[in-house]
Amino acid sequence: MPPAVVLVTGVSRWLGGALAAELARDPAIERVIGVDTVPPSTELLRRLGRTEFVRADIRNPLIGKVIATASVDTVVHMNISATPAGSGGRGLMKELNVIGTMQLLAACQRSTSVRRLVLKSTSAVYGASSRDPAVFTEAMQARRVPSGGFAKDSLDIEGYVRSFARRRPDVGVAALRFTNFIGPRIDSVLTSFLRMPVVPTALGYDARVQLLHEDDALAVLARATTGDFAGTVNVGGSGTLLLSQVIRRLGRLQLPLPAPALGSVGRLTRRLGLVDYSPEQMRFLNFGRVVDTTVLRREFGYTPRYSTAEALDDYARTVPPVVPPEAVRAVTGSAAGLVHRVGATAGAVGDRLRPAPAAPPLRAVRDA
Amino acid sequence: MPEARVIPLRPEDDEPRASPRPAASWEEQVAGGLEFLSRRLTGDYETDEFGFDPDLTDHLLMPLLRPLFERWFRVETQGLENVPATGGGLVVANHSGTVPVDAMMTTVALHDDHPARRRLRLLGADLVFDLPVVGSVARKLGSTLACNEDAERLLTAGELVGVFPEGFKGIGKPFRERYTLQRFGRGGFVTAALRTGAPIIPCAIVGAEEIYPLIGNSRTLARLLGLPYFPITPTFPALGPLGLVPLPSKWLIAFGEPIETASYGPAAAEDPMLVFNLTDQVRETIQQSLYQLLLQRPSVWG
Repeated sequence: MPPAVVLVTGVSRWLGGALAAELARDPAIERVIGVDTVPPSTELLRRLGRTEFVRADIRNPLIGKVIATASVDTVVHMNISATPAGSGGRGLMKELNVIGTMQLLAACQRSTSVRRLVLKSTSAVYGASSRDPAVFTEAMQARRVPSGGFAKDSLDIEGYVRSFARRRPDVGVAALRFTNFIGPRIDSVLTSFLRMPVVPTALGYDARVQLLHEDDALAVLARATTGDFAGTVNVGGSGTLLLSQVIRRLGRLQLPLPAPALGSVGRLTRRLGLVDYSPEQMRFLNFGRVVDTTVLRREFGYTPRYSTAEALDDYARTVPPVVPPEAVRAVTGSAAGLVHRVGATAGAVGDRLRPAPAAPPLRAVRDA
Repeated sequence: MPEARVIPLRPEDDEPRASPRPAASWEEQVAGGLEFLSRRLTGDYETDEFGFDPDLTDHLLMPLLRPLFERWFRVETQGLENVPATGGGLVVANHSGTVPVDAMMTTVALHDDHPARRRLRLLGADLVFDLPVVGSVARKLGSTLACNEDAERLLTAGELVGVFPEGFKGIGKPFRERYTLQRFGRGGFVTAALRTGAPIIPCAIVGAEEIYPLIGNSRTLARLLGLPYFPITPTFPALGPLGLVPLPSKWLIAFGEPIETASYGPAAAEDPMLVFNLTDQVRETIQQSLYQLLLQRPSVWG
């Protein structure tokens, strides 16, 4: 049974807006209600179609009234901020993430109409450390529990959602643990990080990176909203790349810095509003993280259209390379040509200098 | 007496090594190098979920290790027929030598001398992956963290996994205790093999003990640097960087008959008695073949 009334929180961001627009195109869904603290941009508003926008703060009990009066049956919770810069400081970010979720869940628990909750979570809940297994399945837990930032918020949020699921067993709860998003349109921590011409990384470390294309992220969210999957699922593209490889494929310059220096660079770029290098982000840059997506493909029933490498290629179209790969190939190609010419000349000189090998003595075989 | 077997002395004297390949001309080598450089600079190569980088391993790391394997330690391999040509397998070996050169030499041995040119996926302690440079190079060489999840994932994928159950106790043991196996951890490697049904291939390495004879251990420095031990050898740190040159001992690497685990079934991994017995069996086999190899080796320097 498709949902009748869907409530999407965090609709003013790219992914939330795109999901609301996608759901609004589905004639089977009666109403799509988008909630956010800031109004969507005019461009996004045009795409949202028949989505109704409610400017509300999910930290406010008002959200309960919205759910009750519209008799919302499916809630998609995407209003989780990954960076302090986007929400005005770490304190505010934590409040919006954790208190906002608690309010929303409280409202859902009161509501008699809600029968489905979709949580946009993150694979950051697995942490990142040297003690991690290479590939995380949904059943595994963080070996070194994230101590702060987005990952800690997400862990707390998942905890609240789990206890909500226990209290309301009639509500189907799907928690989607996404890997890093990438694509030409989405704006994520990683995309702004990789847009810098010179990318600072941790000296002596190389993270394994698993990416998810924005189109796949959208398709998974839409499927989770309209489908009936309940449980936790890792969502990521197939295959992995090393961070150094990602930087090289994008034609960026890598600047490996020792960890303490990286910290000050992080503070500088944060102040300039460029990129946020939080400590957890730095740990991710050291070790990386890969998740197993068997549950996504088998039980959830979705196979991402883009692999990690293909998603990166699609993103690369929008990022002009600093070092074009053609230039690298041209230089090495001409060097190879030069080597070949030198080799041929040296060979010819060598042949001239070396006495020709004496012809093998002929044996009179004809007589035999 | 089943354990009394006739061991042929230096059986590989009869057959020539399989490894030599036609030498490429210097232009071809330079052209190959440039192609490699171009691939590296544009990121046009594959890596797997464990961070293994076959391109870098084959074109840079292996060629760096090969002279050490062929010329410096003159490694001789035995019993390669015991290593399956396809499918998963768990190579369990003794660990020694202060620095894990033995792990790298076993990797080269299986890649260069085995007819199927098998890649050994090593399991390392978390400390390895905590260290800058060392950790990332180890991953690029195909290593991953020694934990059951990773071991089982690799074995299920049909990879040959290498494990050193002695860990730091083996590699950092004093020189006077050479060739005596230490405790074999908690037998985690046996449970991984049982769950995946992969055969256990005992492997004995002789020669690694003498490369950096550990005559002392500075506990203060070790604690300061966060290391399990800080080695003092006859040449290190007395001779400075020169002390980092390993002594050119003669090496023998022998792979023993595989111990089959599939018949026990995956549920047997929950039976501690069986796990202990198999662990002991593997340990005894390796210890016995260490003694045999030591008898075969004419002297430490070969």
